Amino acid sequence: MSFLDAILSSLSAIRAHALRSVLTMLGIVIGVAAVIAMVAVGNGARERVNAQIQSLGANLIIVIPGNITQGGARLGTGNASTLTDADALALKTEIGSVQAAAPLVRGGVQVVSGGQNWATSAIGVDLDYFVARDWAVERGREFSDEETRRGGQVALIGQTVLRELFGGNDPVGAQIRVRNVPFEVIGVMSPKGQSMFGQDQDDVILLPLQTARQRVVGTNRAKNRSVNQIMVKIKEGEDLSAAEEEMKRLLRQRHRIQDGRDDDFSLRNMAEIQATREESARTMAMLLLSVAAVSLVVGGIGIMNIMLVSVTERTKEIGLRMAVGARPLDVMGQFLIEATTIALIGGMIGIGIGIGIAIITAMKAGWPLLIDPLVVVTAFVFSGLVGIVSGFYPAFRAARLDPVEALRAA
Amino acid sequence: MADLAPPALIAVENLERVYQMGDERVVALAGVTTQIQQGSFVAVMGPSGSGKSTFMNVLGCLDQPSAGSYRLKGVEVGQLPATELARTRNREIGFVFQQFNLLQRVDALGNVELPMLYAGLPKRERRTRAEAALARVGLGDRMRHLPLQLSGGQQQRVAIARALVNQPACLLADEPTGALDSRTSLDIMALFQALNREGVTVIVVTHEPDVAAFASRVIRFRDGKIVSDTEQTPRDAAAALAEWSEAA
Repeated sequence: MSFLDAILSSLSAIRAHALRSVLTMLGIVIGVAAVIAMVAVGNGARERVNAQIQSLGANLIIVIPGNITQGGARLGTGNASTLTDADALALKTEIGSVQAAAPLVRGGVQVVSGGQNWATSAIGVDLDYFVARDWAVERGREFSDEETRRGGQVALIGQTVLRELFGGNDPVGAQIRVRNVPFEVIGVMSPKGQSMFGQDQDDVILLPLQTARQRVVGTNRAKNRSVNQIMVKIKEGEDLSAAEEEMKRLLRQRHRIQDGRDDDFSLRNMAEIQATREESARTMAMLLLSVAAVSLVVGGIGIMNIMLVSVTERTKEIGLRMAVGARPLDVMGQFLIEATTIALIGGMIGIGIGIGIAIITAMKAGWPLLIDPLVVVTAFVFSGLVGIVSGFYPAFRAARLDPVEALRAA
Repeated sequence: MADLAPPALIAVENLERVYQMGDERVVALAGVTTQIQQGSFVAVMGPSGSGKSTFMNVLGCLDQPSAGSYRLKGVEVGQLPATELARTRNREIGFVFQQFNLLQRVDALGNVELPMLYAGLPKRERRTRAEAALARVGLGDRMRHLPLQLSGGQQQRVAIARALVNQPACLLADEPTGALDSRTSLDIMALFQALNREGVTVIVVTHEPDVAAFASRVIRFRDGKIVSDTEQTPRDAAAALAEWSEAA
C-alpha cells in the first residue's frame, strides 16, 4: 500500500469519527497552542523591555548619592548631597570608557503658561544629558554651552507638557513660568514613551543645570554644587562591570572614603534590571513549557487510548484487510499513520490557535508580534512525534492480530 | 504418464491443526489428505466443529497447519512467514464471507480496489480493474454506492468482485449464502457457476445440502477428517432461478 493511499485511508477513518477525533486532538491542540502563544508572548514582552531599556539610554550606569547619617538621623539613599558636578567631570575625564557623564537635579514643579498650568518634573541638565539618554530635540534647539554654564532661563519641554500646556500650538519662543521663574521655551524633545516602571518619560521639562539648581529645585544643593544623580554612558563595546569598578574606585578616592567603610554613593546598572526581567521571563517560560509538556503527554495518552479503542472496534476490518492481503506491516502502518495524522491535525489547529492568541495579546499589549518559525516547526514536528509514540503500541497490537480470530470478531 | 499431469492446484497431505485451549488440546484437523484441481467447483460440508472451517482457513493461508504439507500451485505454503502468507492471500486467494465484510465507509469501487491497494497497483489500473470486476458481477451501475445503499445480494456481489479482482488461483467462499434469502442465494450460486465455467476454481464451505448441490464435488468433514469425497452432476443454478421466476 502506498504512503499516499495510507494517508488518504487514515483521513477517511478520522472523518468517520469526526467528533471523537477532534476530542482526541484536544490535548495536542492545547499543548501546541500553549507553546506557540507563550513563546510569542515571551518574545513580545522581552522586546518591549528591551525597547524600554533602550529608551532610557543604553549602556547606562546611574550614580546616586548613598545613605548618610546626619545628626543621628539616617537619611535614605539619594538624599546625601555628596555627588557634585565635579564628580561628573572627573568620571568623564579620568575614565577612558566613559562617553558622557551627565549630572542632574530634579524636582516636582508647577508650570504655568498663559492660562494653563501643569504639574510636572523639572530636570536640570547639562549637554551630556542628551548624549547619555540618547535623546534628541524634535523641534527648536538644544541648550547652548553658554546657557548651561551661566544658567540661562531657557527650557526644553517633553511631548506631554507640550500637549497639556500648548495643545497643538507651536511653543517655541513662548514664555512659561516654573515656580514663578520665567523661562523661554526653546524646543520640544522627541517622544520617549513609558519607562519600564510605567512612568511617562515625556512628562518633563528640561532646564539648564545651574538655573534649575539655583532657582527652581532645592536651593540647598546650590551651596555645594551637589546633584541628585549622575547618568554615565559607557562607550559602545566597553565592559560595563569593569567600568563600574573603575567608577567606584575613582569616586571613593574623590570622596576620601577609607578602606573598609561603605560607599557614600551607589551605582545602578540597567543590565541588572534587564537580567532580573529576563530571569523572571525565563521562570514564566519554564512554567508554561511544563504546562505544554504535560498537556502534550496527556494528549498523547488520549491518542493512545482512542487508538486502542479503535483497534478493538475495527478488529473485523483488520481481519478483512489481512484476508485480502494486508501484511502485518501494512496494518501497523495504517494505525500509526492514523495516530500521527490525528496528532498533526491537532498540531496544526494548535498552531492556528496559538498564533491567534499571540496576535490578540500583541494587539492588546501593544508590543510587536513575534512568532518564531522555528518554534512553529518544532511544535509541529513534536506533535507528530507524540502521534508516532502514542500510536505505536496500538498499531503493534493491531499488526499482531491473528487473521482468523480477527475475522471472527463481532 | 501420471508424472506428466499438471500438479494439482491444491494438494494437502496429512494436514493437522491442533489448538491449545488452556490445558485442553483441541484437534481441529486430524490428518487430511486431498487434492483439488484447477477449475473445479468443490463444496466442503460438515456439521459445526467438524473442522471444515479450519480446513478453509488453512487453504486460505489465514491459518497455518500444525503438521503436514500444503502445496498451492506446487509451492509449499504451510510454514511461510506472516508477510509471505499475506502476499499469497493477496495474489492467490479470493475470500467471500457470510457477512460480506465490506468496509462500510467506502463505496463499491473502493471496496473492490482494496486488494489491489495491498498489491501496490497504481491508481489508474486499480480503477479500471475494479470497474471491470464490478461489471462482471453485474453491478456496473452501482459502483459509487456505499454498502448500506446496496441489498444483501448486491453486497455479496461486491465482495465477489473484490475476491476476483487480483485474478486469484481460487475463490474461497465461507457460507456465502448464509445471510441471504433463497432467491438471492440462487442468484449468487448462479454467479459462482458462471465464474466457474469461465475457469475460476471455486471452493464453497457450507452446511446446506441445497448449496452443495450446485458443486461438482462434495467433500464431507467429521471430527477433523474427510469422511466422504464424491463427484456429482451439479444442479444448474441459472435454470433453478428461471423456474423460481416462473413459479412467482
